[in-house]
Amino acid sequence: MAAEGSNSIDALGQFQLHPALGAIGGSVNFTQSNLMMVIASVAILAFLYLGMKPRAMVPGRLQAAAEMGYETIMSMCVETIGGHEGKKYFPFVFTLFFFILFGNLMGVFPLFFTFTSHVMVTLALSLTVFILVTVVGIKEHGLHWFTYFVPQGIPKALAPLMVTIEVISYLSRIISLSVRLFANMMAGHVMLEVFGSFIVMLGGLGLLGYFPAALSLGVNTLLIGFELLVATLQAYVFAILTCIYLHDAVHLH
Amino acid sequence: MKKLGTMKLSRIVPLLAAGLLMLPAAAKAEGMPQLDFSTPLTLSQVVWGAIIFIVLYIMLSKTGLPMVASVLEERATKIAKDLNEARAAKASADAGMAEADQATAKARAESQSAINAALEEAKKAAAAQAETLNARLEKQLHDAETQIAQARASAMSAIRQVATETAVTVVSRLTGATPDAAQVDSAVGSALAARGLG
Repeated sequence: MAAEGSNSIDALGQFQLHPALGAIGGSVNFTQSNLMMVIASVAILAFLYLGMKPRAMVPGRLQAAAEMGYETIMSMCVETIGGHEGKKYFPFVFTLFFFILFGNLMGVFPLFFTFTSHVMVTLALSLTVFILVTVVGIKEHGLHWFTYFVPQGIPKALAPLMVTIEVISYLSRIISLSVRLFANMMAGHVMLEVFGSFIVMLGGLGLLGYFPAALSLGVNTLLIGFELLVATLQAYVFAILTCIYLHDAVHLH
Repeated sequence: MKKLGTMKLSRIVPLLAAGLLMLPAAAKAEGMPQLDFSTPLTLSQVVWGAIIFIVLYIMLSKTGLPMVASVLEERATKIAKDLNEARAAKASADAGMAEADQATAKARAESQSAINAALEEAKKAAAAQAETLNARLEKQLHDAETQIAQARASAMSAIRQVATETAVTVVSRLTGATPDAAQVDSAVGSALAARGLG
């Protein structure tokens, strides 16, 4: 990144992985990224367990939030994938959505690592979705599933070209799904880091630097709000695209 | 405004500094750390991530989500039950209302018929009374007429006698001779007949 004399801004260092949980974690290559995944998972489970514990007829705040999360994802599944199948894949979509959402949101907190900013993690997630969608498609339709790559009503001469394009677009889902999430999260955190560094550097310049430093702080405040939006939006996009892909696999167009 | 800014700054700067210090000194790797495959951590996090994700999926699908589903279902059942109860209550209220309406209509019809019957009876009684009164009046009238006719008949028969006697008396006074009774009688009879009194 841009180096400014001796005070270089290390915008990418925040994505560096290092072992967590001391010597035991180090011996099994357990990273701080995985620690955040565990914290996210525990938070999700706690959200549901503690939220639903009262089992109230008229829900309190936390219970209402938990129910809203449940019903939002449920309606997304049912409306996008379709009634019966939607309910079938609902737990997977729910897990996916909240895993990414909590990973994204917790990453906005200072000192917290954002595991969704690692392309390998998002690639693993999108590969999971891709493999699931393909397996579901073949299981539902057998060999007929391959007609998915042949658009209807095209001239025979164009078929090879169209099929090639369709296959490439199908395969590119892996990349688009993973890179969209990873790039959004990484870009946001780089921006936060850069402006955060500005605050420190300009603030260190003395009286002259206070105003631009305060400006950078203002920008960072706005950026954090924006990051919250992006975090939620990207989790939603990942989940809804998964639903759309599942719909295609179940219904073939 | 500026004071506020500096106050926030003084709070955030140590945080940021700590964050930067937390990073290892050798963190400034070339290129993106996400694509640094020289360290096994880049791929090992995926393996751990998969394990964590699968555990989370199992926990959610076996316990967390059914918990929410059961609460939602319970509520839906309760609401449906309450709604049904309310509907039943409304139905019974409607039935009661209809019954009351029916009873009112029946009572009205009964009272109307009672009124009609009483009216009919009163009319009949009045008619009967009027008839008896009429009959009595008729009889009285008839009696009176009979009496009048008798009186008239007796008066008529008296006329002949009076006329005969008067004629005899007049003739005997005028002439001094007593007229023939049969002759006088026939003359009176023809005179009475000529006046329509015979």
